[in-house]
Amino acid sequence: MPETHAALAHQFEDLTQQHDAATLGMWIFLVTEVMFFGGLFAGYTMYRAEYPAAFAAGSRLCEVALGASNTLILITSSLTMALAVSGAQRGRRRLTLVFLGLTMTLGALFLGVKFLEYFHKFQEHLIPGPNFGYTGLSARQVELFICFYFGLTGLHALHMIIGLGVVTVMIVLTWRGRFSSAHYAPIEVAGLYWHFVDIVWIFLFPLLYLVDLHR
Amino acid sequence: MNATAAARVLPEPLEPESRGDYLNAGYGVKSWLLTTDHKRIALLYLASITGMFFVGGAFAVLMRINLLTPDGELVSAETYNKLFTMHGLIMIFFFLIPSIPTVLGNFLLPLMIGARDVAFPRLNLLSWYIFITGATLALVSAVYGGVDTGWTFYTPFSTTYSNTHVMAMAIGVFITGFSSILTGLNFIVTMHTMRAPGLTWFRMPLFLWSLYATSLIFVLGTPVLAISLLALAVERFFGVGIFNPRLGGDPVLFQHLFWFYSHPAVYVMILPGMGVISEVVPCFARKRIFGYGFVAFSSVAIAVIGFLVWGHHMFVAGQSVYASLAFSVLSYLVAIPSAIKVFNWTATLYKGTITYDTPMLYAFGFIGLFTMGGLTGLFLAALAVDVHVHDTYFVIAHFHYIMVGGMVMAFLGGIHYWWPKISGRLYPEGWARLSALVVFLGFNLTFFPQFVLGYLGMPRRYHAYPPEFQILNVMSTAGASILGVGYLMPLIYLIWSMRYGPAAPSNPWAATGLEWQTPSPPPTENFENVPVVTEEAYAYGEERTDA
Repeated sequence: MPETHAALAHQFEDLTQQHDAATLGMWIFLVTEVMFFGGLFAGYTMYRAEYPAAFAAGSRLCEVALGASNTLILITSSLTMALAVSGAQRGRRRLTLVFLGLTMTLGALFLGVKFLEYFHKFQEHLIPGPNFGYTGLSARQVELFICFYFGLTGLHALHMIIGLGVVTVMIVLTWRGRFSSAHYAPIEVAGLYWHFVDIVWIFLFPLLYLVDLHR
Repeated sequence: MNATAAARVLPEPLEPESRGDYLNAGYGVKSWLLTTDHKRIALLYLASITGMFFVGGAFAVLMRINLLTPDGELVSAETYNKLFTMHGLIMIFFFLIPSIPTVLGNFLLPLMIGARDVAFPRLNLLSWYIFITGATLALVSAVYGGVDTGWTFYTPFSTTYSNTHVMAMAIGVFITGFSSILTGLNFIVTMHTMRAPGLTWFRMPLFLWSLYATSLIFVLGTPVLAISLLALAVERFFGVGIFNPRLGGDPVLFQHLFWFYSHPAVYVMILPGMGVISEVVPCFARKRIFGYGFVAFSSVAIAVIGFLVWGHHMFVAGQSVYASLAFSVLSYLVAIPSAIKVFNWTATLYKGTITYDTPMLYAFGFIGLFTMGGLTGLFLAALAVDVHVHDTYFVIAHFHYIMVGGMVMAFLGGIHYWWPKISGRLYPEGWARLSALVVFLGFNLTFFPQFVLGYLGMPRRYHAYPPEFQILNVMSTAGASILGVGYLMPLIYLIWSMRYGPAAPSNPWAATGLEWQTPSPPPTENFENVPVVTEEAYAYGEERTDA
């Protein structure tokens, strides 16, 4: 007799197979994300080697204090996410809800700080394009750095926004009691995604904010 | 129990219309547009890419007509730039890359591994919608006047100087890329987690190995194309200098990023074709494939080495000479696994009982034309020779031998081979053999003269040429019209056969493989019971009793 469970999709034999497929699928998706960000990191590396002084000058325009607090916030959110997954594994619905809620709050806080940084850049006319307001040496190359700053952190912020959407869905599904210790793959998969976005930031913070700090 | 009651419980003879197969699972437009059945999604792709193929073909027709005369009287130089750009973009991104993976791959993968569907059926449907969105944007850009950058979008022309619809087209290609990524992801997960009991990796049909290698490229390469196009769009929109040297950028960086995807993508355009040939050759030679392991691993080797050869597109683009040396050597290396496949197919034929049905004719065409395309690729991988023939018709002829002579032949061969399974009908064999012959002759007449033209020095992408090249160009155009007829013939008789063809048995070729063990066309759930695999692939040797 085939196992029957409300969450078992018709193409799978049992929940274990479904769970394996879901996690493997997310891991492969994360590989594509590594390649996606990898293209920008490659460009960043090349130009940083070519224009070290301009990249140091550009890095001084970043607000290290805000970046550092965001790093702390995001690492903490990864902890709460891991605790949420662990709660789901043990079928502790209320615990899962609390930690998912905390994760969401921390994620939103991160985006708030990010928005503040962007707002400051806007006020200081540090938006790449025809009205770029930097007047120091090699302004073109500094603009290139700011371009990478916005490109990398912007894409990261987009991933955070998607992550918040995913966590919201998980909260609703947990609230409705869709998960149990036998079926919690969606929360685990959402957790994998969340940790990945966190790790991207761990690379972005030193590459963008700390280029010139050792002097 | 009396006689009438016994008669009542006997199964009634089923009309073709009332068979419970996937084609009859529902009839409305909605039952197709909202389907999550991998077989129906394959047919959605088949219809869309066939449409795109004929759109891309129309651009080629206009080019060939223009090149009938040395002065290029049909279109202006600007229009000609748009014609070859649109031909390349549509054929590569909207026909060749999705062709075999999304149509035959989608249809066959679950059948071949004995599964009910792919791992993520809704994601599969989403991939088709993403594809359609990208294709629509590309067509909109074409209708509004097209793009003139060449299919490679080289910067800074594409970001700063071109006044055509680069943005719409780049976004269209960007979006379509996600269709490839998600399809590749779906295929890899399906092959890892959903194989039937007994179907070990080394019992899988070789088509699946090639599909796995293709999916690896989709997953690892396509995101890099996406990010390069995104950077291109940012530079064009905001006027910042990521690639523009006047603003501090480096145009060669774009070429590196672009070819990091687009060279592996060339292998996406041939690996699935090789997979089809590995299915067809053993079936029509009635022999087990020679060197299964070598053919399987050569697919993976092509995918892996294929990621390390992109610089051979940039030998004359200001790349370091040492980098060029390395890329040249690696490009020679990637020819080895391709050659292994050709040798193994040939060895499979040895002492086989060969029949010349249409799929086999296409397979023979493939082997010959692919070999020519591959060998001329080695000319281009040689640094010194490349300087002479770079950006000439020699390059055009080389990659058309691979992509049209190789992939399109394999696609048509595969469509014929699995047509009875897909449609439940038999196609007219006589017409089909004729079409294979017409395609082969038309193809060679079109593209062989281009090897000569290129070697004599005719550059690609020009709308006019010196008068001494006219005779070869006229031959090429004549061949293209024969080729066009060859492509229209299957379109007509395959559609005809869907209504008027005789009903197909479940295994018309007496082939091995799980897909032939279910009725034609298969039921929505593919198999009544999960099949169990007990033998290697291509167990054709056992039936021979004459030895």
